Amino acid sequence: MSTLSVIENWIEDNNKVLDLGCGDGEILFELKKTKNINSLGVEIEEKNIEECLLKNINVIEQDIDDGLDNFSSDSFDVVILSQTIQVLKNPNTALEEITRIGKTSIVTIPNFGHWKSRLSLLIKGRMPVTSPLPESWYGTPNIHLCTLSDFEILCSELSITVEERVTVNSYNENKWYLSFWPNLLSASAIYKISR
Amino acid sequence: MDNKISTVGKVQTQSVKFEDRFILESGKQLEGFEMVFETYGNLNQDKTNAILICHALSGNHHAAGYYEKSDERKGWWDNLIGPGKAIDTDKYFVVSPNNLGGCHGTTGPASVNPKTNEVYGPDFPVITVLDWVNCQALLTDYLDIKIWHSVIGGSLGGMQALKWAMVYPERINKAGVIAAAPKLSAQNIAFNEVARQAIITDPDYQEGHYLKAGKSPKRGLRLARMVGHITYLSEEAMRDKFGRELKEGKLGFGFDVEFEVESYLRYQGDIFSENFDANTYLLMTKLLDYFDPADKHNGDLVKAFEPIKAQVLVIAFTSDWRFSPERSKEISNALLEANKNVSYLEIESTHGHDSFLFSEDRYVNAIKAFLGNNQ
Repeated sequence: MSTLSVIENWIEDNNKVLDLGCGDGEILFELKKTKNINSLGVEIEEKNIEECLLKNINVIEQDIDDGLDNFSSDSFDVVILSQTIQVLKNPNTALEEITRIGKTSIVTIPNFGHWKSRLSLLIKGRMPVTSPLPESWYGTPNIHLCTLSDFEILCSELSITVEERVTVNSYNENKWYLSFWPNLLSASAIYKISR
Repeated sequence: MDNKISTVGKVQTQSVKFEDRFILESGKQLEGFEMVFETYGNLNQDKTNAILICHALSGNHHAAGYYEKSDERKGWWDNLIGPGKAIDTDKYFVVSPNNLGGCHGTTGPASVNPKTNEVYGPDFPVITVLDWVNCQALLTDYLDIKIWHSVIGGSLGGMQALKWAMVYPERINKAGVIAAAPKLSAQNIAFNEVARQAIITDPDYQEGHYLKAGKSPKRGLRLARMVGHITYLSEEAMRDKFGRELKEGKLGFGFDVEFEVESYLRYQGDIFSENFDANTYLLMTKLLDYFDPADKHNGDLVKAFEPIKAQVLVIAFTSDWRFSPERSKEISNALLEANKNVSYLEIESTHGHDSFLFSEDRYVNAIKAFLGNNQ
């Protein structure tokens, strides 16, 4: 099961969905086809914004770090924050904000506790450069990486409930063996959260 | 195709007379009026590819192409309208009218009032954006267009596009609201008032009856345009274009034109004062001041936007201080709150408010994508 199909499972037909850091609008585009959602993306990359317009995905050019107070509380059924939280200046504020705006939220994070990252640091003594996190420490946009445990602890500190969690390997597959030690074996996780 | 070279070519102005009485938002009425317009491209068989262009404060119907090959100045939006351009005349049928009260062929203060057989002059009624949109709706019927593919414009043109979406939600699929504001700020109105005072206090204004007196308040118009022009450019654009360059290379210790920017403003003012009617300028600045789509909803823009069905693209430019990105965000945020289909783009540009007239790549591509994305 891929990340997209996990997200798809958590979204109902005709839901109103906000994708923060929507990239080229691919997730919303697919969800529009399969779930007939009412979609909106938020993005800052110029090329991505143009891609969204080409796909007929409504898109707002806005920096999540500058705040989201133009979105009112409970105004979306689902807010998606996919592979974005690690580039934000204030991940905790963003989590509070998305759980305010969405009735439920879906957050996907790269797991910095993945064995490849741990091994790289342990053996090479260098900041990990792996396929899901390919940039060097000085050039990476990923300024707030965390492990699954870190993320879950933050959620509980913010009184955010983790309703569901699905973990995937580096090939974006949800395999049975991941559940033995998710924080070590998963490359990413997909969370369904609410407050 | 090269954006700079492709052109709709030689164009002709068309005209239509609406004979019926036309009631204005103010309650006053006109015994019919004439409207001039241009069209570019071809209307398809099911009439679904028509785009309405709305002009800004001192604009007119000549948006693209040229009248004679020797014309140095092409239509005001020739950067964007043409074969392969942002508003692609190979795909769309583009309609560009001169609005009521104008001075380039459509009935306005310089036209003859059929009731009195005299020039309207200052007696031409004050008109509003709603009146303009209603006039354009008459033109829409005349052209037998049921639904506009898009209505699009910059500045005051963007305000008309927004008003179209509010007033005729069934007749417009997309609205391009570019470099606009939901209403004017006190500062915006202040600049307009300076412009108006420049005209009204020109002795040649003759309380608006200058045509009858065989005069023209050119000094006033010139000043009005100069002050307006400052608000259209950004500080950066002015610095880049003129800096503090001296025309003669040295200070002259006098009040003749010394700096390039002075020369430029005087030139712009001169051209404008030769080609624009003073009463039309007064009328259009007033219309701009009056624009407030939320005024019938206690200032609640969200409520005002409720009828909108069109997909709206709001575009702002970073260096625009006349209608800054913050003002465009007011529009897009209210549309979001009203649960409408809206996209918002903030385009990096140094040209100030005038940016909407330039063919910045990102701007062109965004409009192209927005117009063409309904498959």
